[in-house]
Amino acid sequence: MIGIVNYGMGNLGSVKNALDFIEAPSRIISETAELKMVDKILLPGVGAFGMAMENLHRLGFAEAIKDLVLNTKVPILGVCLGMQLLFESSIEHGCHEGLGLIKGKVNSFKDVVSGLPIPHMGWNSVEFNPGARLFKSIGPSPNMYFVHSYFCKADAENDVSGTTEYGIRFQSSVESGHIFGCQFHPEKSQKDGLMIYKNFNSL
Amino acid sequence: MLKTRLIPVLYIKNGLIVRSEGFSYHQNIGNIINEAKRYNDWDVDELIYIDISREKYYDIRRDDHKIKSYSSITEIIERISKVCFMPLTFGGGIKTIDDIDLRIRNGADKVSINTQAFENPGLIREAALKYGNQCVVVSIDYKIIENVPVVFTHFGQQNTNMTLWEWAERCEDAGAGELLINSIDRDGKANGFDTDTIKKLSEESKLPIVACGGAGDPYDFVDVAQETRVSGIAAGNIFHFTERSYPRVKELMKKNKINVR
Repeated sequence: MIGIVNYGMGNLGSVKNALDFIEAPSRIISETAELKMVDKILLPGVGAFGMAMENLHRLGFAEAIKDLVLNTKVPILGVCLGMQLLFESSIEHGCHEGLGLIKGKVNSFKDVVSGLPIPHMGWNSVEFNPGARLFKSIGPSPNMYFVHSYFCKADAENDVSGTTEYGIRFQSSVESGHIFGCQFHPEKSQKDGLMIYKNFNSL
Repeated sequence: MLKTRLIPVLYIKNGLIVRSEGFSYHQNIGNIINEAKRYNDWDVDELIYIDISREKYYDIRRDDHKIKSYSSITEIIERISKVCFMPLTFGGGIKTIDDIDLRIRNGADKVSINTQAFENPGLIREAALKYGNQCVVVSIDYKIIENVPVVFTHFGQQNTNMTLWEWAERCEDAGAGELLINSIDRDGKANGFDTDTIKKLSEESKLPIVACGGAGDPYDFVDVAQETRVSGIAAGNIFHFTERSYPRVKELMKKNKINVR
């Protein structure tokens, strides 16, 4: 059972629709007490990092998730802003601390890319590592749907499972043990996107 | 790099899919969910739904085509988003932030505002602040009058006396995330896109431009992609009436080395 964390910011409906479509059992989790009913966590997210972390702390999710992921080894998949929240910090509208489950920081495209529209929005291809578990059964260079203005930079090369080019080559997916993240929206990326969720579900 | 998008546009009138010509003639052609599934099979990049119902009632009686219609726009959006897993834009009749809230809550990724954006540009800003610029598409209908593209509102009936260039710039300032431009002259004529206008706007505007109106055969799409810097190419009728048209257009674009998915 996948628990989709509802912290007031995220396209829960689209994610749930996708999981329902592939028949992956899931429930929307609005209180930390409900986390005991699931064995995997999906952290969606649309919006600003700072507000997201504030909500996660206020609802008790920040502590609860960290505990489950680090101590009980519950697998977690962060999507879009959700992937960014897994990191140590972000400079979006100030400096904010993240969940710190992956070592690294979140940076702004504005600082490194010139002449290209921001946000990075649309279909772009992902070059993923051969062993990447989320990309099992997906053909080479799949196109995924992106909408974001900030990007992640994991410290460890080993944590990076996929990269994408937009002015610079940035990390579009991460995988560190049972901790996963994708910057793109699998629920908006057609068949390949649905396969990402299928693979997470089958772990 | 980002791929050029190929986007079918579906017009909904009173709960059914219709085809459009010159913004006035509408013919019922299908059940919304069946059509959505067909586009899904074609692995489309994105879908745009425009509700052109004037009366805002949805015909729930069975008509002579025995096509099921739906009773409200929210039901439609909700059902489509359960079977479609690509970005969905909904437009048509949006007047207030509540109208926008309703659509986004029920599954729309983007909303498209046309007449109301022109009458109240503050709505663009309000929606952009609440949901992010990327959620707000301003749809602009225009006619060429003495060589100048002029913006029309109210289902293409009212001349605003403002040029496309000026309105596009104001939309950018107001926080729109994307512009969907529709050539009223070319709508339904299958004579090709208005590449001159599209080229100029795509080069001058900082916003992604999606162009619609006039697609007649697959080469029309190649022409627009090669001659302009358009971000997406949209079409209605050609994708409804021609066999396997979407995949064929994609294939032709790839053959012509256009960067598509």
